[in-house]
Amino acid sequence: MPVISFDAVRKVYPLPAGDVVALDGVDLAIEEGEFVLIMGPSGSGKSTLLNIMGSLDVPTSGEVTIAEKRISRMDDDELTLLRRDHIGFIFQQFNLIPLLSVVENVEYPLILRGQQNGSRERAQEVLAAVEIAETHFSHKPNELSGGQQQRVAIARALVNDPDFLLCDEPTGNLDSKTGTAIMTLLDRMNREEGKTIVMVTHDPRMTDYADRTIRLVDGRVAE
Amino acid sequence: MTFFDLARRNVTRHWLRSVLAVVGIVIGVVAIASLGIMGNSIGLMFDDMVSDVGDTLIVSPAMGSGSDRLTDRQVDDIKRAVGSNQVIPFATTVDKITVGGASSGAMIYAIPASDIPSLLETESGGYPRDTGAGCLIGSQLAANSQENGLKLGARVRIGDETLRVVGVLKERGMGFDINPDYAIVVPYAWYSNHYNEKEYDQAIVKVRDVNDIDAVKESIDQRMNRREDTVNVMDTRGILESVFSAADSITVFLMGIGAVSLLVAGVSILNVMLMSVTERIKEIGVLRSIGTRRSEVMRMFIYEALFLGVAGALIGGVLSFGVGYVMTAVLVGNPDFLFNPASLLYIVFGMGFGVFTSVASGLYPAWKAAQLNPIQALRHE
Ligand SMILES: Nc1ncnc2c1ncn2[C@@H]1O[C@H](COP(=O)(O)OP(=O)(O)OP(=O)(O)O)[C@@H](O)[C@H]1O
Ligand SMILES: [Mg+2]
Repeated sequence: MPVISFDAVRKVYPLPAGDVVALDGVDLAIEEGEFVLIMGPSGSGKSTLLNIMGSLDVPTSGEVTIAEKRISRMDDDELTLLRRDHIGFIFQQFNLIPLLSVVENVEYPLILRGQQNGSRERAQEVLAAVEIAETHFSHKPNELSGGQQQRVAIARALVNDPDFLLCDEPTGNLDSKTGTAIMTLLDRMNREEGKTIVMVTHDPRMTDYADRTIRLVDGRVAE
Repeated sequence: MTFFDLARRNVTRHWLRSVLAVVGIVIGVVAIASLGIMGNSIGLMFDDMVSDVGDTLIVSPAMGSGSDRLTDRQVDDIKRAVGSNQVIPFATTVDKITVGGASSGAMIYAIPASDIPSLLETESGGYPRDTGAGCLIGSQLAANSQENGLKLGARVRIGDETLRVVGVLKERGMGFDINPDYAIVVPYAWYSNHYNEKEYDQAIVKVRDVNDIDAVKESIDQRMNRREDTVNVMDTRGILESVFSAADSITVFLMGIGAVSLLVAGVSILNVMLMSVTERIKEIGVLRSIGTRRSEVMRMFIYEALFLGVAGALIGGVLSFGVGYVMTAVLVGNPDFLFNPASLLYIVFGMGFGVFTSVASGLYPAWKAAQLNPIQALRHE
């Protein structure tokens, strides 16, 4: 059973100037343990696809199954809980919560799930796994470098042991050396922990890390 | 780290803005609470006065009746009209008094010696008798004249006669009948003899049961004013009521101003919260994308409003206590009124209203935050 499967997924944005078809009948399946890249020109629908995989958005038509759940009849709360319990997000802009310290950012998803007990220890453990030094735990996110922030974001995505990680250009805001370090980290998570990873990228070098690449053109999967 | 923590941190992150919003709530709470205390104190003062003097009728010669004094016969008529209730006729005059070597003018009340104890209380000493040459001095007169030697046991010369001070009166305050605090009280018999007077200025009627006031008043009117108005009967309760009903409506008006100021505070909280939501759109998008439910986002912002409201209410409550104390002490003259349960309840009410206003003002911004589309929020810069 795939972790994510799309069946004839269409996403249409109705605009006054005419409908924009962002996804035009996408079929795909992501299997457990895969490292999949999504590539394609700007505007081809990569982010839209990833948002739907992450239950941040719902298709206009077609069916999406995430973690063995069909999302077509889910309400907002159910979609939110699906994100909370099964999905880890990593964004291009890191998107850490500025009010919280590094360790609190990582702890936050655990607290959302009501797992207060031992949450601090668990957060520290995951931070150590992404190679954030203990001296940074109590810092605020804006006191860290971009690469460090992205590591913290990865720790936050991993802390709930999600079914899969979704990354939208995670190295897009980093220099190439730092980007490579982040890619090495994600690759390790995939190989050693067996984490399923779906990543949107423009960088062709990333194909070295991935099992396969899905190419999108004009909202369709190109062969 | 909880939603409450997050709310607290956001409130303290923009502390100046938060302080300004809190100040609004503080003002509203203080306004409502202290004006409520004021109103309540005035009500308590009314009750006190009514229980003090509400049983009193004052009979004076009618204006235009040809005489400005009450005769013995009129006093007898009043006594018959009021049945078993006590009638205390009295006369007043102003004369020069000499104590030691010093002379000054003084107000003199002449009251039948047997009636004095039921009308006036003494601080020290006893009461004069009709047959003796004793007098009483008012509390303020005593306090102001210590260096002249005007005190218990002193001799006071009035004209060519000497009176001995046999008692000092307790402070009585403003009254509707007599104001003896700055005066000398002499037995009517002495006065009558000394000034060769047989008439009175006014008569006080002490009505034993306050509910009989109207009946007694009516009875005096019936007997004495049937053909023409010879006397004027004033009931103190009526006067108090008209004075206090004005005070009452002023209080309601002031409370209204307090409520309006809270409304303004509410708008400022609404504004602060909307700002907070707008600034944090991206952050809300992040929170939502990693699994924070709408209801939880809403809760976070309501906590923020609650936080501002509780801070405002607590500060406002403490200040209300202070302002209430000053008001009851200075304006009403009795700080004990502050500790009356109803007064304290106004503080609680003001605080509750402050918290309520804040939370109510926070609802819309919180709802707005919760309704944000996570993808659009994430894309927001
Ligand atoms: N909220 C929206 N409203 C209207 N149109 C949208 C919206 N989101 C995306 N689109 C449109 O859908 C299409 C696909 O957008 P999407 O963001 O998925 O592209 P992308 O492949 O991620 O591009 P990029 O590489 O530039 O990030 C585009 O034409 C875009 O304009
Ligand atoms: Mg994109």
